[in-house]
Formats: sequence, C-alpha cells, structure tokens
Amino acid sequence: MATTSTPAPKVNRLGLPILDYRGGKTTLCAGCGHNAISERIIDAFYEMGVQPERIMKLSGIGCSSKSPAYFLSRSHSFNSVHGRMPAVATGALLANKTMQAIGVSGDGDTASIGMGQFVHLMRRNLPLIYIIEDNGVYGLTKGQFSATADLGSKLKTGVINDLPAIDTCSLAIQLGATFVGRSFSGDKKQLLAMLKAAIAHKGTVMLDVISPCVTFNDHEGSTKSYKYMQEHEEAINEIGFVPHFEDIAVDYEEGTSYDVRMHDGSQLRLRKLREDYNPTDRVTAVKQLMEAHEKGEVLTGIFYLDTEKPSFTDMLNTVDEPLATLPEERTRPSKQVLDEIMARMQ
Amino acid sequence: MATGDVALGNPEPSTGTNSDLSGRKPVINDFSIQVATVNGSGSQSANSILLRSIFGMGIPVSGKNLFPSNIAGLPTWYTIRASKNGYVARKKDIDIVVAMNAETAKDDILSLPTGGVAVYEASFALEQYRSDVTCYPVPFDKLTAAVCPEARLRKLVKNMIYVGVVAKIIGLDMKAVEKALRKQFAKKQKAADLNWAAVEAGYNYASETFTKQDPFVLEPMHATDGKIIIDGNAACALGALFAGVTVVTWYPITPSSSVVESLIDLLKKYRIEPDGKASFAVVQAEDELAAVGMVLGAGWAGARSMTATSGPGISLMAEFAGLGYWAELPGVIFDIQRVGPSTGLPTRTAQADLLSIAYLSHGDTKHVMLLPGSVKECYEFSAAAFDLTERLQTPVFVVSDLDLGMNNWMSEPFEYPTKPLDRGKVLTAEDLTRLGGFARYKDVDGDAIPYRTLPGTDHPQAAYFTRGSGHNEKALYTEKPDDYQNMMERLDRKFETARTLVPAPVVVANGTSKIGILAFGTSDFAITESRDQLKNEYQFDTDYLRIRAFPFSKEVQDFVASHERVYVVEQNRDAQLLSLLKLDLPAGETLKLRSIRHYNGLPIDARSVTDELVLQEGI
Ligand SMILES: Cc1ncc(C[n+]2csc(CCOP(=O)(O)OP(=O)(O)O)c2C)c(N)n1
Ligand code: SF4
Repeated sequence: MATTSTPAPKVNRLGLPILDYRGGKTTLCAGCGHNAISERIIDAFYEMGVQPERIMKLSGIGCSSKSPAYFLSRSHSFNSVHGRMPAVATGALLANKTMQAIGVSGDGDTASIGMGQFVHLMRRNLPLIYIIEDNGVYGLTKGQFSATADLGSKLKTGVINDLPAIDTCSLAIQLGATFVGRSFSGDKKQLLAMLKAAIAHKGTVMLDVISPCVTFNDHEGSTKSYKYMQEHEEAINEIGFVPHFEDIAVDYEEGTSYDVRMHDGSQLRLRKLREDYNPTDRVTAVKQLMEAHEKGEVLTGIFYLDTEKPSFTDMLNTVDEPLATLPEERTRPSKQVLDEIMARMQ
Repeated sequence: MATGDVALGNPEPSTGTNSDLSGRKPVINDFSIQVATVNGSGSQSANSILLRSIFGMGIPVSGKNLFPSNIAGLPTWYTIRASKNGYVARKKDIDIVVAMNAETAKDDILSLPTGGVAVYEASFALEQYRSDVTCYPVPFDKLTAAVCPEARLRKLVKNMIYVGVVAKIIGLDMKAVEKALRKQFAKKQKAADLNWAAVEAGYNYASETFTKQDPFVLEPMHATDGKIIIDGNAACALGALFAGVTVVTWYPITPSSSVVESLIDLLKKYRIEPDGKASFAVVQAEDELAAVGMVLGAGWAGARSMTATSGPGISLMAEFAGLGYWAELPGVIFDIQRVGPSTGLPTRTAQADLLSIAYLSHGDTKHVMLLPGSVKECYEFSAAAFDLTERLQTPVFVVSDLDLGMNNWMSEPFEYPTKPLDRGKVLTAEDLTRLGGFARYKDVDGDAIPYRTLPGTDHPQAAYFTRGSGHNEKALYTEKPDDYQNMMERLDRKFETARTLVPAPVVVANGTSKIGILAFGTSDFAITESRDQLKNEYQFDTDYLRIRAFPFSKEVQDFVASHERVYVVEQNRDAQLLSLLKLDLPAGETLKLRSIRHYNGLPIDARSVTDELVLQEGI
C-alpha cells in the first residue's frame, strides 16, 4: 500500500509518547537551570518507561520546588511547606511503598530551613530520588545567599558571602544515602544518565544539581553560574547506563571502569576519570570532594553507591501491598481480640 | 469489719486512747489515700496494687499520679480515692497519708485535716507535729530487711510493706490484694512471692501493733463488677488499633508518649500477618514538624495515619496544620494536654490548648477537635477521629489531657465498633472512567466535601496537584480573587458539615433549672460531683451540657438559649472554651455566659466548682 501517512509518534516501551511525561508550561525565568532539569526528568522517566501514574512527585517551597508542576502531569504531586518535603515524602512512601517517588528541593529549602529533615532523610535511606536544584541563592525570595553559596562568592548587588558552603553531597555520603552524585543542569548527557540510574536504584538517591539562577546569580563572582560551571566542572566518572530492558552492550575498556548491577537489573558502568576513584568507598569520596572544593573545582558524577543496604521501607518489613489500601479485614482486629483485651483489664 | 479488734501499739497515739475509733462514726468506702514517695523509688506497683485491690472489692476507685518532671529523686504523690457514690474526680482533702519521703514527710502530715491518718516511717517521728491526726509509725527498713535478704531489692520491696499496713488499717480484703499483686507480677513468680511476703509482713506488723483508731474502713460492694481499669492513653491506642491505623509517627513528649508506646505493643501483637510482615508502619520522627508532615504525607497517599503530642509539639505543628486544612489532607493528631505556656509544668494537667488548636496556623484556619471526657470516650473518639478525618478530608485533633491520659480510671468495657471503617470520598480508576475525570476541590454533593483520588490510581486522569498555595476546583494554581474566595467559602461550609458529624454533646437536664453548666473533657468528673453538692448542700438545681467536639453541635446553642445563666467550667486561665463559644454563639446569648476556671496544675475538684458557683450565684 502506497499511502502516505504521518509517522506514528515515537513511543517508549509502554507505548507512551513523551507528551505523556510532560507537565504544565513553566513559569520560571527563561534560561533558569531548573527548567533544564525538568526536561531531563521527563526524558529519564520516558526513556526508562515508567508508568506516570506510578510516580509521586514532591517538593518544598522555592522556584525549584515549583518545578513538579512542569513535568509528569499524570503523576500525583505534592508541593508541601518550606524545607519539609522529606517528611511528606516519608509519610507518602510509608502509605504506599509500591510507588516511585521523586522529590525536588532547592538549596535554600534543603540546606537551611530543611536541614534537619534532609539529614534524617539521608540516614533513613528512604527509597526516594532527592534532587537539590542548587543555585546558591534563594530565587523565589529574590536573591539572598543560601547555605550552599561558596565562601567569597558575590551577589549581583556586590554582597560577599563570608560563610563557608555546606556540601550536601559530603553530608549525604556521611549520613547514609546510598546513591550520591552531583551534576550540572547544563550537562544534558551526564544528568540524564544519572537520573536513569537513579530510577533503577532502591534507596535514597541524592543528586545535587548545580542549576544557575539567571536572574540573581549568573554573573562574574558567582560560583554557581553557567560560566563558572563550564570552566570548573570536573567529572570524576563517565556514566554509562543500560536499562534492564535493553541488551547490555560493553563499550568500555576493562579495568578502567566500575560495573554495578542496579536493583531492577539495569547495568550502571562508571568509567573512572580519576585514577583512584572507587564509588563504594565513602572515605575517598568525601576526601575527594573536600580536596576539589579547596581547589575551586566542582566535581560531578556519581560519588558514592551502595546497592546492598536495605531501604527504609524494607527495614520496616511491611506487607507487600500498599498500607493505604489494605482492606478492613487486615487492619481492624476481630471482636475476640477486643474481648480478650477487655478481660485482661478487669 | 475486723479492723478494730487488734492490740494497740501506737507509741504516742494522737487520738489519746486505745479505744476503737474514739467514738467517731466509721467512714465507709468514702475517703482518699495519698502515698508520698520519691520519684524513681518504684512505688508505682505498690500503688497500683492498692488501687486494684479496692477495685477488686467492688468499690468505685480512682487513682492519680502527681509526679515531678524528673526521673529520680524528687517528691511524688499518688492519690487513691475510694467513693461509694462513684465520684472519681480529685478530692480536695486527703484523709490518709502514707509518708515515705523524708523530705516531704513533715509537710505531708501537716497537710492533713483534723481527724486524718498518717502512716509513716517510724524514724520520721511525725507524731510530734500533730496531735489531731491518727499516727501509725512503721519501722519500714527493719520489716523490709527481714523479708528481703537481697539488699538491692529492698528499695522496691519496702513499698509493699505499706500496702500490707494500709490493707490492715482500712480493712482491705487480703484475697483482693493477693489477686492484684499476682496480676501485677503475672510473669514473674519469684518477684510475686517476694512482694507478697512483704505485704504480709506489713499486714502482720499492723495487726500485732496497732489498734484501729481512725474511722476509715472499706466494705465490699458490687459497684465495679464487670468494669475495667485503664488509662486514657492506652484507651486512645486501643481506639486507633480498632480504627485500623496503618501509619504512626511520633516524637516523644510527656504526657503523650504512652499513647504511641501502648499502640506499638498492640500493633506488634495483633497486626503482624502470618508471614511475619506488618500491616502498619511506626516511625519515631526527628521532631514534631516531621511527625505531622509524615502524617499528612501518609494521609494524602491514603493511609490511616496519626501522631500524638502535647502542647509544645502542637506549637511546632502549626504550619503543617494550616496546609492540612487548606490542601484538605486527612490525619489524626492526639494532643494530651499538659500545663503551658512553653515547657510549663510538663507533668501537670490543664485544658489550655483549646484555642491554639482551634485556629492552629496562620490565615483563616480552623480545625475539628474531639474532646473525650472519659477513658471510654478516649477509645471511641480516637476510632471516630479516623473516620471523620477521612470523611472530612481535614486534620482531626483528639484533645485529651494528662489527668485522663496518664491516670487509671474504671470504665465499662469498650464495645466493638458496629460500623465499617469510613474511608471517605475516594474515587477509583473505574469511577474515573465512568465519570470521565474529576475536579479535586469541587463540591459535588452539596456537603462541601470534595472527592479525591489516591496516588497510584491507574487512570490518566487520577492525578491532581496538592499545594498550599492558591488553587481552584481543579487543583490548578490560581491567584484569582473569585477562586480563592470560592475555596475559602466551601471550607467554611465543610466546617458546617463537620458540625453535624462530630459527637453531639451530652445533656443532663431536669428541664426546670434556670442555671446551666457547660464544660468539656476531664472537668466532667468534678462537675458531676459538684452538681450533687449543690443539690444536697444548697438545694440548688443545675442543668449540665458536656461539649464533646468543636465545631459545636447545635444543641450547645439550644442549651444556652434555654437557660438564664450558664457557667462555663474549664481548666485554664483565659477561659478558652468561653472564648470559642463567644465566637460561635449569637451575640445575645453570649451575655449569659459566666466563667469558672481552675488552673493550678492539679485536676479540677468538685469543691472548687461548688464554692465558686455558690459565690457567683450569691446563694
Ligand atoms: C516558613 C517559610 N519561611 C520563608 C519562606 C519564604 N521562602 C520561599 S522560597 C524561599 C527560598 C527558596 O530558595 P531555594 O530553596 O534555594 O529555591 P530557589 O527559589 O532558589 O529555587 C524562602 C525563604 C517560606 N515560604 N516559608
Ligand atoms: S529567580 Fe532564579 S531560580 Fe527562580 S526561576 Fe528565575 S532564574 Fe530560576
């Protein structure tokens, strides 16, 4: 048959077009790093073929925390209060551990008001992809320094930051997160590969993504600007990721890379760019992060990975089904139980 | 009674003679005992055995722990009230003091009214301070050493000696004592035997040494047949268990911790499935902000979730409480009130969180509160709270207090729920297919309660966006004035729906009295007794309405409307219930309200209510 027809839209393995992974139109500033991150989240979930209805997306408050509105509109979404998304995500995953959860936070949201919750989230190893869209400033309240701003960095107004930065990646590694990495919103390839690996991981994924704020922090003197990142980014590993549903093809030389089988059967290959880098060694990871920071380098890549440690929901040993929808027969004990308790109290 | 026939051994009998009761009429089943000990001395078992033995004799009894905010070393008091009339409120006067704490012993005996009784460590020589009370000095250390060879156990066993002494003096049935003791040490035969030996040593010493000279005696009754003894927090935990709670988050704080601790025990016992997996999750959160955040996250995702806290925790939960109200999230929050402001008196009781909870958070926010007034209601209301929170899609607070929560109370046994769990308006994927979608915040049924879907509902139109910022009926972000106002007005109408769903008040009215009393929670016990005092002593009739929830049911307005004056009795300084009533009632009616308040950290007592009402009425 020689009829011409418009080509069918490209679909993923679930038969869904990428449109089904999009969200509302962004209201963030044009060029904001957060928008690029949303795009990569869309690509990652599309390419990994995750059913959008199986995803919960959660956030705190800030420009970054608005972004769940701009991806995965078929997923349930919760924009909570400033700095407290970890608690909401924890509750939601306790209620339904069969869901995949992604949390978006800002550097202000995480490293100041939300520091307490961040710390406890990391040590619980909740199965959540936690993304910090890190621009070193408070965007939504118009440009004050955040606690991840580097010592000596400058605001547009000339104000100089005189406090040291909190390194969320070192912290997360020390606290027990099982997948810790840093990327840059402008590095499409690396960020996408990291997000895909994150989807395959079961445990807390902590990704600090440097995401320049074009309105308040993308100028000379900022260490979170596009220009600074282009000049100072140092990838520690090159990330090769093969999802479980694709044939595993080996394209790296043996001996220079580190292979990890992810929970869903996917294959993560981290090709070493730094000679002595071992992503299963927490001490080296923290040491390298600190050394790089001293030199003004911004390391990117996956710093630490542990696919063995049980996640928080595993540790609780709850039934396989969501607690949220267990039927009454399984949640309300029988009358005999009450009678027995009453008899003991007489 | 066999109590008056033993030989006298009181060295300096304050009543002066060896004769029985010195001609005073016996006081039967109507007195209070206060045991003064040192915090951490392990007197709890002994006191609980005393309480349970009186209960075992069929006599109505209540027990109150007055303890310091400290682990060991400071004074602590336990008060037991036996009341043939079934009064269980705190009694203002103590009749019998057991003074075991050297530090407070003098004050303890001085606090007795004339005719009272003091049992004390002989070396305290308290007889020197009072000649108008009966003194029973006991060489506790000597008696303890004789029954307990192991020195390290003596501190605990010593308490059992006073159980024996008191048992002899007031005529406790030793069979009831032994039964209570064996129950207390159910799984520890050796401990039970040792402690029983101590009780007997005390009993025998009293038999051989004292002739009863005071009037206080117990006689068996049948008023406790079939009844149970439980504390309010354990009752709340039972309510949650039978409400099918699935997610429990908490941060320890007195006096609420035991709600969750009891619940954990129950869940571990009754909610592990045959394959060893739990049908519940419990998380000790890092603070109350996290605890309530988890509750709301879990509620959003469809779980029956709860936390328990007290005043300081409530303060921290404010921001999330507002989110829960505005984004319409279910979750149950237990507040076991203690004395504030700030850290206040952490181990004393009050009803002073009412206003802060009612409007917890900024903006126009208001919350549903259930106000249990007995352990039975603790059970019933906690179960009801889970149904209500899912039905109304808003946080529901169960507001109890330390007196109810941490003290033991007798009660009718709890009844098994007759209604299935109410999971509220949740749409399934099939519903969505049938309806062709839904608007999350739309009032479809005219009751102002919208429909929701749960994350994971397998339908492309199931998802919606939950946020604390402005939204319209479709849960889309908006700052339009009409949308905001529309949403706020629906929430107000939803509160009106709540008014019809919360537990209605309990009205005790004879229909002729012009004077009404309004109260809530634990004030009930004192008011019941006070109304009898007013009637018996002053021939003054009152009607009584006990509020059991906020928003107030319509009956509250009717009650005020049908009385000339209404006394609002509550346990706080600022008349918080009265303030809430003023906001709710028609202006004309509020002029009838008068206030009786009690706020010294002790549970309210009947005499204080009676005296104040008599004063204000000019009777
Ligand atoms: C309790 C509370 N305090 C302060 C604010 C105001 N506030 C909103 S967003 C924000 C900072 C956001 O910064 P960040 O997390 O870095 O996100 P960005 O906007 O830079 O993406 C602040 C302080 C608030 N919403 N809530
Ligand atoms: S203010 Fe900065 S962070 Fe906020 S949207 Fe604009 S560029 Fe992004």
